[in-house]
Amino acid sequence: MRLSIERGTLLKAVGQAQSVVERRNTIPILANVLIEAEAGQVNFRATDLDIEVVDRAPAMVERPGATTVSAVMLHEIVRKLPDGALVSLADDPATGRLTVTAGRSTFALATLPREDFPIMASSEYSCNFAAPAPLLRRLFDKAKFAISTEETRYYLNGVYMHVAQGEGGPVLRCVATDGHRLARIDAPLPEGAAGMPGVIVPRKTVGELRKLLDDDEATIAVSVSETKVRFATPAITLTSKVIDGTFPDYSRVIPLGNTRRLEVDATEFAKAVDRVATVSSERSRAVKLSLDEDRLVLSVTAPDSGTAEEELAVAYGDDRLEIGFNAKYLLEIAGQVDRENAVFLFNGPGDPTLMREGGDTSAVYVVMPMRV
Amino acid sequence: MPALCRDCMTTFPAGTRCPACRSPRVLAHPALFDLTIAHLDCDAFYASVEKRDHPEWRDLPVIVGGGQRGVVSTCCYIARIHGVRSAMPMFQALKLCPQAVVVRPRMAVYAQVSREIRAMMETLTPAIEPLSLDEAFLDLSGTARLHGAPPAVLMARLVARMESELGIGASVGLAGNKFLAKIASDLDKPRGFSVIGPDEAQDFLAPRSVRILWGVGESGQAALAAAGIRTVSDLRRWDRADLAARFGRMGDRLWHLARGIDTRRVQRDAAPRSISRETTLSQDIADPGLIEGHLWRLAEQTADRAKAQGLAGRTVTVKLKCRDFTLISRRQALADPTQSADRLFRTAWDLFRPEAARAPFRLLGVGLSDLTPADQADRMADLLDPAAARRLAAERATDAIRARFGAEAIIRGRALR
Repeated sequence: MRLSIERGTLLKAVGQAQSVVERRNTIPILANVLIEAEAGQVNFRATDLDIEVVDRAPAMVERPGATTVSAVMLHEIVRKLPDGALVSLADDPATGRLTVTAGRSTFALATLPREDFPIMASSEYSCNFAAPAPLLRRLFDKAKFAISTEETRYYLNGVYMHVAQGEGGPVLRCVATDGHRLARIDAPLPEGAAGMPGVIVPRKTVGELRKLLDDDEATIAVSVSETKVRFATPAITLTSKVIDGTFPDYSRVIPLGNTRRLEVDATEFAKAVDRVATVSSERSRAVKLSLDEDRLVLSVTAPDSGTAEEELAVAYGDDRLEIGFNAKYLLEIAGQVDRENAVFLFNGPGDPTLMREGGDTSAVYVVMPMRV
Repeated sequence: MPALCRDCMTTFPAGTRCPACRSPRVLAHPALFDLTIAHLDCDAFYASVEKRDHPEWRDLPVIVGGGQRGVVSTCCYIARIHGVRSAMPMFQALKLCPQAVVVRPRMAVYAQVSREIRAMMETLTPAIEPLSLDEAFLDLSGTARLHGAPPAVLMARLVARMESELGIGASVGLAGNKFLAKIASDLDKPRGFSVIGPDEAQDFLAPRSVRILWGVGESGQAALAAAGIRTVSDLRRWDRADLAARFGRMGDRLWHLARGIDTRRVQRDAAPRSISRETTLSQDIADPGLIEGHLWRLAEQTADRAKAQGLAGRTVTVKLKCRDFTLISRRQALADPTQSADRLFRTAWDLFRPEAARAPFRLLGVGLSDLTPADQADRMADLLDPAAARRLAAERATDAIRARFGAEAIIRGRALR
């Protein structure tokens, strides 16, 4: 194999590959990226056995071939090369080294045979559809903060992507929850997605997927089977196993009968929560919301360090209510609101609270209160 | 060289016999009256208490431990002559020493004796850091004027008083820091008194295994051996920066310890880091129903202890020992701290289930760590488990009943398994 490639192109391709590679793994080949050169193109493939990413980049290929080298080391080298440099990669089967040359720098890296590199078994995808990048970006960005990290509840360690019945017909829906808060985000159902099986997309895959979604104009080809999910752009293909488990019936958790309605500017609200929470050094800081006739008082009492209080002008016309929340959860939920006011719907101080943006029901959040 | 008679407490400038009482139990060291950090370690504590309470056992080997399948928790020095050691399985101990008197531990009695020892220590200094019922650090800095005697004399008097008033022997290590004091107390057991001064600390440590260093266990020893470090002098050849680069914060600590430097203070009543209960089963079990019953009881006992101490924990740990003595430990961090037996049990059960195939087990344990005050516990309900709030309310009601009518007044059916 012998090829030349522009440094920026190489950096982008290897960057995606090295982020999939597990930092601590016991199988040496999994630390490597598989480089496959064919006419005019080079593929970079990396896997952790659950996720596989293939990045295609244009290159001047003199001699096709393939080899594997440490993904992290190759990435570090390319990162440190000067911008605009032309990088050449050449493998020497006799020495088992890959020579990386750019300007006056030369590196000879240890390789492992390409035959040892595990290729993820291809899957029969039962559903294929195309979705605009901004649509997927909104679905996953707004849901991912609620993903659970508790390994004992492994079926919550991802975003549940499925087809559901929304108010105006079928929707593509993403749900995530950790048992304390829940996000339910809907988007218009893309053509061809109607028969999609519901899948739990793992947290790490959600993170990798995000890198494909920055371009507003891009269209993502989505393929789904019972066990795998694939997201592809012309340059990158991300394939991932899905979590083998049953996502709980979240619909029972979303309160429908909450009537006490608070409307507040989300940014002002978040800033105030952040300010009052400063006096508490506990890790789960509790903020008390006291609501009364267009008035919201946020307060924190920390026995060791002090107290804080802030008043906000809000729209609230129901009975007096005092309810406590974990400050971090309130901040994260308020942070999801970007266009209109945040609307909170409460029931009692021990019941789940619902939050949405204005009258928009395509993104709803549920948060459990905390005893204060 | 300053010297002290351990029998009559006379201090004198030099000599191998006490000028006052002619006793040979003389302690002499150049820094004897300058060192202020002491480590007191009772000799075969549980066994000594049992012998004190059963004078007829005085000349017999005594083993304190649990049941047929249990392990030796402490054994007296006569039993040690036969090769019995603590943590040894009981059947093995009895093979080595079949004539031994075996007694079940009476923790309440040991705790009482421990409190009496603590009271004696309190007369010397407020800076006491108990490590367990039978071990403590004492910082005697600045007490010489108050007591009219240097720390070495105070410690010798303390041990003599423990022997005469409580019938418990103990060994003392005296040094300039906790690390060396703890090593010293172990040098001359039983009824020992050892001193490690700053001048000999380095020579004393150099030829010894790195295992002697605080914080170096089996895995630490293996990690060091992989770097070619077996003794403290090997360690001392390493650069401070290199050690820190290779072993992180532990590397820096090792660099200091290898030079006899330890800046940890004697901390009065350091808060507990974890609360846990474990049980060695009378026979290996694999039945999930039985295991569930054990895990429940352990969870409840752990929760009871947390409640009694006003604590809650964020991390739940399950400990399992397989038939071949492989130890499995699984932990889960919770979103908010708990002291509830129900949450503790459910988390423990979730942690246990994936390991169920490793059965049978010979030991089960449940623990709570990452502790916080109880007022931060169980304040958040679970969206996906709406019944949890009711179970928690039931547990609080049950606790109130047990507080009033005794721990056995109301128990769960699960506890009977």
